[in-house]
Amino acid sequence: MTAGLALDIGSWVLMLAGSFFVFVGGVGALRMPDFYTRMHAASLTDTLGTILILSGVILQAGLTLAAIKLAAIMVFLLLTCPTAAYALANAARLSGLSPRPEQTPGKD
Amino acid sequence: MVVIVFEIFLLTLLVITAVGIVRSRDLFSAVMLLGLFSLQIAVIFFILDAADVALTEAAVGAGVSTVLLLGALALTSDREARPKGRRLLALGVASITALILIYASFDQPRLGDPQAPVHQHVAPWYLEQTPKQIDVPNVVTAILASFRGYDTLGELFVIFTAGIGVLFLLADGSGRGARSQLPSAEAQGLRHHLIPRVVGALLVPFIVLFGLYVQFHGDFGPGGGFQAGALVSAGVILYALIEGEASALRVLSFRALAGMIAAGALLYTGVGLAGILRGSQFLDYSVLLADPIAGQHLGIILIELGVGLTVTGVLLTIFHAFAARAQKR
Repeated sequence: MTAGLALDIGSWVLMLAGSFFVFVGGVGALRMPDFYTRMHAASLTDTLGTILILSGVILQAGLTLAAIKLAAIMVFLLLTCPTAAYALANAARLSGLSPRPEQTPGKD
Repeated sequence: MVVIVFEIFLLTLLVITAVGIVRSRDLFSAVMLLGLFSLQIAVIFFILDAADVALTEAAVGAGVSTVLLLGALALTSDREARPKGRRLLALGVASITALILIYASFDQPRLGDPQAPVHQHVAPWYLEQTPKQIDVPNVVTAILASFRGYDTLGELFVIFTAGIGVLFLLADGSGRGARSQLPSAEAQGLRHHLIPRVVGALLVPFIVLFGLYVQFHGDFGPGGGFQAGALVSAGVILYALIEGEASALRVLSFRALAGMIAAGALLYTGVGLAGILRGSQFLDYSVLLADPIAGQHLGIILIELGVGLTVTGVLLTIFHAFAARAQKR
């Protein structure tokens, strides 16, 4: 009973923290001034947000096959999301977008 | 209740995405939004308990067709041309069609109504007969591969014909497909990008392995030849994007891909003909082995393999044809 309660509290804390980071990432993607800072905010959603939420769901699932599948998804996201972020930033840099905010017009 | 809220949220997002696709003049973002649209509709299918359709939509709609559309985009401009005139006529036709469809939807039964015609027609018979005649846990596979084997054969030949049509349109006419003009130095994909290369090389085997799992586990869980074909070709396309066209063609050459396309269709038809030769009807798997249920299992595995081979071959051929055409320009 108490162990179950502790698991519930832990998973809720993880999921709420994950939701917070997803929310912050969404706000950042809308409000940040230029492409690179926006991307930085959005990558928070991909990595920290999803991983915290998935950890919470794993705690809910317990020692089942579903938990192993969720862990596999988590490893997959941990590998692919930063790679995608790198490829995106790299493509922007190669196509000539400068990372310095003062060179990008502020009113867009 | 929670599910309904979630569904309404997803359907709203779907409408917003659709409007975005129509209004976008930038074809690149339209293609990206199309992928997003497929992903959202796959989630909706999954909520409606249609796991097989959801898997197909995610693999084909969001995965492979996005890559193919990007390949097509490399051949054209990435801005949509301004339409000339006749916009009022188009608006009128679209509005009238929409009104008729909305009017027709009033006659639709409620979602999940057990008295709906779709649940009263042949579905109960399939659900009742699947454990007796075929004995696979996934009824969708039993219907798709055995009860409605003709329909699936038709679908396979639609894909087969589409692949041939694209090859006729895109091949360079030298008679050797598009393989003769592969430049080696420029078309080396992302070779000089270390991070995508390392991560991609790590992922490709797992993607192909998952494709094979979906292929051969289709009797038991969601999956089958169509989804597996899309997944395996997605893995090979990833390899081609990382290591360059030439490396991917060394693994699966144009000749091998053409062989796969033909072999899959021949395998499916051959299993059907084997039914006739053993004294029953076309596509009757029960007579393939002494035990009718084992015969059904064998038949389903073989025709799913045929579907997987043809789908992989067609998707990869189309991808390579687009890529070769883009490099020639």
